[in-house]
Amino acid sequence: MKFVTAIIKPFKLDEVREALSAIGVTGLTVTEVKGFGRQKGHTELYRGAEYVVDFLPKVKIEVAIKAELLERVIETIEQAANTGKIGDGKIFVSSLEQVVRIRTGESGPDAL
Amino acid sequence: MKKLFASLGLMAFLLVPGMGFAQETGMEPAMEAVTDVVEAVAAPAEEAAAPVPDKGDTAWMMLSTLLVILMIIPGVALFYGGLVRAKNMLSVLTQVMAIFCMISILWAVYGYSLAFGDGGSLNWAIGDLSKMFLLGITPDSTAATFTDGVVIPELIFVAFQLTFAAITVALIVGGLAERVKFSALMVFGALWFTFSYLPITHMVWATGGYLLEHGALDFAGGTVVHINAGIAALVGAIVLGKRIGYGRDAMPPHSLPMTMIGAALLWVGWFGFNAGSNLEANGGAGLAFINTILATAAAGMAWMLAEWMLRGKPSMLGLASGVVAGLVAVTPAAGLVGPMGAITLGAVAGVICLWGVSGLKKALGYDDSLDVFGIHGIGGIVGAIGTGIFVAPALGGVGVDDYSMVGQVVTQATGVLITIVWSGVVSLVLFKLIDMTMGLRVTEEQEREGLDTASHGERAYNL
Repeated sequence: MKFVTAIIKPFKLDEVREALSAIGVTGLTVTEVKGFGRQKGHTELYRGAEYVVDFLPKVKIEVAIKAELLERVIETIEQAANTGKIGDGKIFVSSLEQVVRIRTGESGPDAL
Repeated sequence: MKKLFASLGLMAFLLVPGMGFAQETGMEPAMEAVTDVVEAVAAPAEEAAAPVPDKGDTAWMMLSTLLVILMIIPGVALFYGGLVRAKNMLSVLTQVMAIFCMISILWAVYGYSLAFGDGGSLNWAIGDLSKMFLLGITPDSTAATFTDGVVIPELIFVAFQLTFAAITVALIVGGLAERVKFSALMVFGALWFTFSYLPITHMVWATGGYLLEHGALDFAGGTVVHINAGIAALVGAIVLGKRIGYGRDAMPPHSLPMTMIGAALLWVGWFGFNAGSNLEANGGAGLAFINTILATAAAGMAWMLAEWMLRGKPSMLGLASGVVAGLVAVTPAAGLVGPMGAITLGAVAGVICLWGVSGLKKALGYDDSLDVFGIHGIGGIVGAIGTGIFVAPALGGVGVDDYSMVGQVVTQATGVLITIVWSGVVSLVLFKLIDMTMGLRVTEEQEREGLDTASHGERAYNL
């Protein structure tokens, strides 16, 4: 089992969700986050006070999947979230040790 | 017999301006003689001579009073509230409304009497206590206007002036926001109202007041309200010290839409403030009315364009700030300058106040949280001096007797200087006293937590 975390541009969320559903991903978790990478922030000016806003709003999606689905999931997110401009985000992959479906008590790949 | 007394009292009241003039020119004995004669002649003429308030004037002044209230409890509160961080929103709203309530009571208890009474030997600076608790003021009592023989109900005059006192103290909140202790602010407000607002008002507007008798022009309160409050806020900001994290942490306004609503309410309410200060619903009020549109619009445009050129973008906050700066600047000038003078005055104020909240503020390094000094202090000074220039008939102003531009500007500057020194000294002494006794500032922990929960036990937004 694999755990995929992707940081994407907020307006790409719907496209990514639809594309993932289409390849058989049955659930994902979304969080509004802020962060910085290579994309530069912007400055805000309130009367005399100037603030540099380094942290930009992004959306983090988390998906738990069967290992064999990994390549397609990565590919799908990459395509759906791509604008070609700096700040498109990153995909992180890690191994997933255990999953439990709370309602039924199922565990492992059955719980995905 | 009662009515005869009333008309005698009224005659004496109407003659007071003449006596003030006499004192200045050293013709006192002669004038007193004339006064006696006039009274002797007038007395048998009975109450037929007693002017009755015009219903139109009365309605206009009640409406104007409401408009100034609109400026304060929703206007200033929202304008300031939007500019603070979300954790301090309610503290600002509470401070403004509580000050309005407190000053209203104090005004009726002793404020009106001290501001507009006759202080005898101290009359150059302050009134007396003869009308404490509004003693003797009935629905039939009248107050004089700028036209001989035209009066308005005194109770309406009391209420109208009450709102000016309240807004002046409420404006100071902006310099102390996000760190002042609520109890300390209320104590300061009551004392400052007593020792700075009342004497300055008396000197500028009451018969016999020092600045009025010396010809200083302040139509609707540029010195009384704006310079007075601006200086108090500046002194407060300095004594209180900077907010934790000032200059390091981002402290952007939490809701500029609130600030826009506040600025808009201020503008609408300001018609009561400026045109209402004419005390009559006539052409003079009309002049103040149109000037309150034009100077404000010019200042908003000037600030916006200057910011656009210097900083690259025209901001909403810049536009709203320019609008308020224009309102401040036209306050002393409203009924005295021509429409084109008002536009020029507004445009100049817009640009100078932009410098006030950026260049000047940075150079001096104080943390006047919401720029009360930069906008009300600086804008008030520009307006007071500008009034001396644009009142000139050659520049479209209404003119004053024996006008000379240099002379009038010097007189205006004297008024500005007296207000700065008076308010500055009173504020410094009061802030220091309060700081040493009850403490002026909340604890560091409370400041970080935010005053809404720390001081008032509630939160502005439970989303």
